[in-house]
Amino acid sequence: MKEATDIRRRRDAGFIAVVQERSGQNLSACYQCGNCTAGCPAGFVYDRQVHQIMRAAQLGLKDEALDSRAVWLCLACSTCSLRCPNNIDVAAVMETLRHMARRENRVAARKVEKFWFSFLDTVRAFGRAWEIGTMALYMMRSLRVFTDLDLAPEALKKRKFGFRPHTVANGGSGAVTRIFKRYRERAAREGTRP
Amino acid sequence: MNYTYYPGCSAGGSSADYEKSTRAVCAALGMTLADIPDWNCCGSTPAHAVDTELSAALCSRNLDMAARQGVRKLLTPCPSCLSNLRHAAKRMENPQFRARVDELLDNPAAPEFPDVTSVMQGIAAHCGANGIAAHVRGSLSRLTLAPYYGCLMSRPPEVMDFGDPENPLLMENLLAACGANVLNFPLKTACCGASYGIPERRMTARLSARILQLATDMKADAVVAACPLCQMNLDLRQPQAAKAAGARFVMPVLYFTQAMGLAFGLSPDMLGLEKLRVSADALLRKLELPPAPQGSAEGGKPCE
Repeated sequence: MKEATDIRRRRDAGFIAVVQERSGQNLSACYQCGNCTAGCPAGFVYDRQVHQIMRAAQLGLKDEALDSRAVWLCLACSTCSLRCPNNIDVAAVMETLRHMARRENRVAARKVEKFWFSFLDTVRAFGRAWEIGTMALYMMRSLRVFTDLDLAPEALKKRKFGFRPHTVANGGSGAVTRIFKRYRERAAREGTRP
Repeated sequence: MNYTYYPGCSAGGSSADYEKSTRAVCAALGMTLADIPDWNCCGSTPAHAVDTELSAALCSRNLDMAARQGVRKLLTPCPSCLSNLRHAAKRMENPQFRARVDELLDNPAAPEFPDVTSVMQGIAAHCGANGIAAHVRGSLSRLTLAPYYGCLMSRPPEVMDFGDPENPLLMENLLAACGANVLNFPLKTACCGASYGIPERRMTARLSARILQLATDMKADAVVAACPLCQMNLDLRQPQAAKAAGARFVMPVLYFTQAMGLAFGLSPDMLGLEKLRVSADALLRKLELPPAPQGSAEGGKPCE
């Protein structure tokens, strides 16, 4: 009984409304069949399974939904969305939860976020992604300097990666840098974490 | 016939062989590819994982430039670029979303964007199975191939327009037109682990191992991929996958354009076969072709 009353007390109706609005999905349509979890290729590394995240969102249990590693490890393959019998775009809900967690600086998988920003920082600087630069930034930021070192001999021999970044001619790199700049400025104005 | 083309960033690096073979095969079929000038990165997974509007702004700059040149149709080889560009175009139909994205751009985006499709669909639409068969100089009939699309090309179906989201058949049709024995490969749209090979290796290693194991069990001579990231996970990271599975794999992973190029009689050098970590020489022997020249691997070509 205590748990049941606890769940009612913790129900955050505002959170449910924001998730529904941003994802464009009706959370109450989920009847917990578990098809999303059954088909999820990443479930084996999750702390909570997809249907449990859906349940948490449905009940307005914000902490359970936002502090889960699962929303960071979701591969966005959208198998769950495809197989949902009630046509809920479950992957969109997962992505919405990740966006919300990020903005509140609730990052349950720091390594993943560091990797994304290592990639995006090369795009911001040059206008195009730079693989070696992404790796170097990630190794530095995560202090995991041995990441993928086992791949280096073959990758070097085959010259798989370009040592120099590609820029975009005719001011294109600058245009991309400005997109990032405006994105950050707007986030600051709106009081969210970019 | 001329086509406007968005190569994507990996074309200048890890998937230089996809780029080279795509251009060679398209040229052989009479398709001239012209890059969108001054294109930029679509933002790939990191951009949409971080913010939908940021991702759409990066994509919209490209779509806007193409639209301003009067381009109606755009081809891209990479499923991740394809997915991002198509998602952005669809979301920009919403006026509120568009207004938020326009705020991030130098100039408001063009009202109508070109339709973005995969190079694979572009090839099929350009010449059809019969047209492809007419270009075959050496049939792939001695090869058994496992077609592998990855998870993005066909999903979500309402955005991607690529046939059945769990059972697309286009690559099968193209490879069959080249004479290959094409397996009915059950994991063809399963996820390979995507970019988590770096921050969460055990996930990518296990998911890629599952695909490689099934292809091995089904006695495929090669897996045929359509995505630069899938190809890297299955080929360059093959030893990591093998270690995770406690198995030993020797499975060449070609791009579909490399397989088609072989059938068209294009040289292994023109198709960048020397870039593959797992050598395609066993396939070339089966086809009675000379092995891929070693040591001639070129660095990624600049895309300017």
